[in-house]
Amino acid sequence: MAATEPRSRTLIAPAELTRPVGRFLHRFVLGATLTGFTLAFVFPLYWMTTGALKSSAELAEPHPTLLPSSWHPESYTEAWTNTGLAGYFLNTVLLAFGALLFQLVIDVCAAYALSKLRPVLGNAVLAMMLATLMLPVSALLVPVYLTVVDVPLVHVNLINTPFAIWLPAAANAFNVFILKRFFDQIPTELLDAARIDGAGTVRILVSVILPLSRPVLAVVSIFAVVGVWKDFLWPMLVLPDETKQPITVALNRLAEFMPANQLLAGMVMASVPLLVLFLLFQRHIISGLTAGSLKG
Amino acid sequence: MSALPTPAAPGRRARRLRDLRRTGAAGENPKAGESPNAGENPKAGESPATAASRVPATGRARRLRENLVAYLFLSAALICFALFAWYPIVRGVLLGFQQVTFAQPAEWVGLDNFRRLFADPLFATAWRNTGYFTLLALVFGFAAPFVTAVVLNELRRGQSYLRLTVYLPVMLPPIVTMLLWRWFYDPGPGLFNNVLGVLHLPAQQWLESEHLAMISLVLVSTWANMGTTTLIYLAALGGIPGELYEAAELDGASIRRRLWHVTIPQVRFILLITLLLQVIGTMQVFVEPFVLTGGGPDDATVTILLLLYRYAFVYNDFGLASAMSTLLFVVLGLFAGLYLRLTRTKD
Repeated sequence: MAATEPRSRTLIAPAELTRPVGRFLHRFVLGATLTGFTLAFVFPLYWMTTGALKSSAELAEPHPTLLPSSWHPESYTEAWTNTGLAGYFLNTVLLAFGALLFQLVIDVCAAYALSKLRPVLGNAVLAMMLATLMLPVSALLVPVYLTVVDVPLVHVNLINTPFAIWLPAAANAFNVFILKRFFDQIPTELLDAARIDGAGTVRILVSVILPLSRPVLAVVSIFAVVGVWKDFLWPMLVLPDETKQPITVALNRLAEFMPANQLLAGMVMASVPLLVLFLLFQRHIISGLTAGSLKG
Repeated sequence: MSALPTPAAPGRRARRLRDLRRTGAAGENPKAGESPNAGENPKAGESPATAASRVPATGRARRLRENLVAYLFLSAALICFALFAWYPIVRGVLLGFQQVTFAQPAEWVGLDNFRRLFADPLFATAWRNTGYFTLLALVFGFAAPFVTAVVLNELRRGQSYLRLTVYLPVMLPPIVTMLLWRWFYDPGPGLFNNVLGVLHLPAQQWLESEHLAMISLVLVSTWANMGTTTLIYLAALGGIPGELYEAAELDGASIRRRLWHVTIPQVRFILLITLLLQVIGTMQVFVEPFVLTGGGPDDATVTILLLLYRYAFVYNDFGLASAMSTLLFVVLGLFAGLYLRLTRTKD
C-alpha cells in the first residue's frame, strides 16, 4: 500500500499520460472520482453524524439541510443515557471481545495442533473444517438455532447467554486455515531448538509461535470483532431478552420509537468503533481480504 | 457448562502436559511413579530426542502420547465444529423430513414439508424475487467494482484516499446502513427525492413501488458491499506484470485493446471467483428486505431467506424452513462445487 515505491507499468503508458490530452484526461478523471467517491461514500456518514445534531423537527422538514440550523449535541448524550444505548453498546463490546477470546484460544490451539503436532488424521480433520466454508450460512440457520436451544449430550439451553454467540463463532474454518498456513511457515528447527532447551508443547506455542505470529493474529482478531459487531440476524434470534441485545438489534427494534435525532446518534455510536478500527488497521484488513479470496 | 473449555484450561493443561513429560525440563520435578523412566534419573536439560533414542522400545508409546497431546489441543475446536457445524448439517437435512415443534418430539413426515412448500404461492415468488435480485446485483455490483478498480489503478494520485472511502460502507453494521438509506429513500424529507426535485425530475416512490423496490434494495446492497470486491480487484490488477503492457504497446495495441487482451485475461480467474461468491452471497439476501420493505410492496421483495425466516421464527415451523434451506443448499451447492473445481484447477 506504500505510495513511495516506483509504480509498475499499468494499462496506460507514462508517455500517454504526459501528452496534453492525457494529462487533461487524467486530471479530469481524478477530479471526478474524488468528488464522486466523497459524495457517495463519505457524505452519508457526514449526513448521519450531523443529522444527529439537528432537532427532530428539523429532520422532519420536507427539505433536508446540509448544516444543522440549531445544534443539539445533547441528542448524543440523551441517546446514550435515557434510551439506554449505553447498555446495548456494552453488550456489543462484551459479545465481540468474548468471541475474539474464544476464537483466538480455540482456533490457535487447533491450528497449532494441525500444523506442528501433526496428529493422525490431521488432514482429514482440516478438510472437514474447510468443507464448512462451502456451506451457505442460511442452510445452517435453523439447525444451529435448534442446537443452541438444546445442546446435544449436555442438554443446556444457551438462548440469552453470550455462549450462543461465542461458541458458534469459534467454529471458524477461515481462522483455522489462515492460522495454520502461517504456522506452517515457521521453521521446525526453531521448535526443535526450543524443545532442546526444555520447552514443553505449550511453552513452544506461547513463547516461540505466538510472538512470531503477530500479523496473522491481528487479522484474525480484527475479523472476529468486526464480524460479531456487524452481525444482526443471529443475535436477534438467540438473544430475545432485550437487556442482553447488542446495539444493532436494539437499534432495529427501537427505530420506530426513538426521536429521529437520537436514532441517528445511536447509529453513529454503533458505527464509530468499527470505523476507527478500520482507520487504525487498514493494512491488516486489506491483507486479510486478499488472503481470503486469492488463496495465497 | 461443564463441557465447555474455559480460557483457563490451557494453564491447567500445561501443567498436566509437563507432568506427562518423561524427561523433566530443567527446574521441574517429574512426579515419581508416573513416568516409565522413573528408574533412571533424568538429567536436567536432557532433550527428549536423545532420551527416545536411548529407549527405542518406547517409540510407539511416544507417538501415542504425541497424538494424545495434539488431540488435546484440537479438542475444543472439534467440539465447537461438531456442535455448530457438522452435526447441524446432517440435522438440517433430516429436519426437512420431520415435523418439529417445541411442544412434542419430532415426527417423520416424509416429503410432506416439500409438498407444503410447493403449494405455498409465496415459495415461487420468493425464488423469482431472489433470482431477480441476484441478476440486478450482478448488473450493478459486478461491473461497478471492476470499473472502479481499473480506473483507480490508473490514477497517479489520491489512490489511498479512494481506497479508504470505497471500503467505509463495508465497515458499517448492515442495520445502520439500512436505517440510513431508509432516510434517503423517504418520500417526505428523503434526500434522494429532494435531489431529484432540485434537478426538476419527478420524485420516485423508492420503496413503495413494486417496480422500484427491488432496484432500491440492490442499490443499497451494492453501495454497502462493493468496497470488498474493489479492493480484491485492485490487488489483482497490481499483480499484473508491467512487461505485458509494454509488449502490447510495442505491438501498437490501443488502450482499449490492452484492456481487453492483457488486463482482463490476467484477472479472469479472480473475476470468475468473485462472480460465484457474489451469486452465493446475493442468493441469501436478508437484511435489506427485512429492514427496508418487510417483503412488500405486495410481496415484491419477499426473498428466499426472508421466507425461511418467517417459516422458522414467525410460524415456528422448523420442518418447513429446513425443507426450504435444504433446497437452497442444493442450489448453492452447485455454485460452491463449481467454485471448488475452479480453485482446485488453479492450484
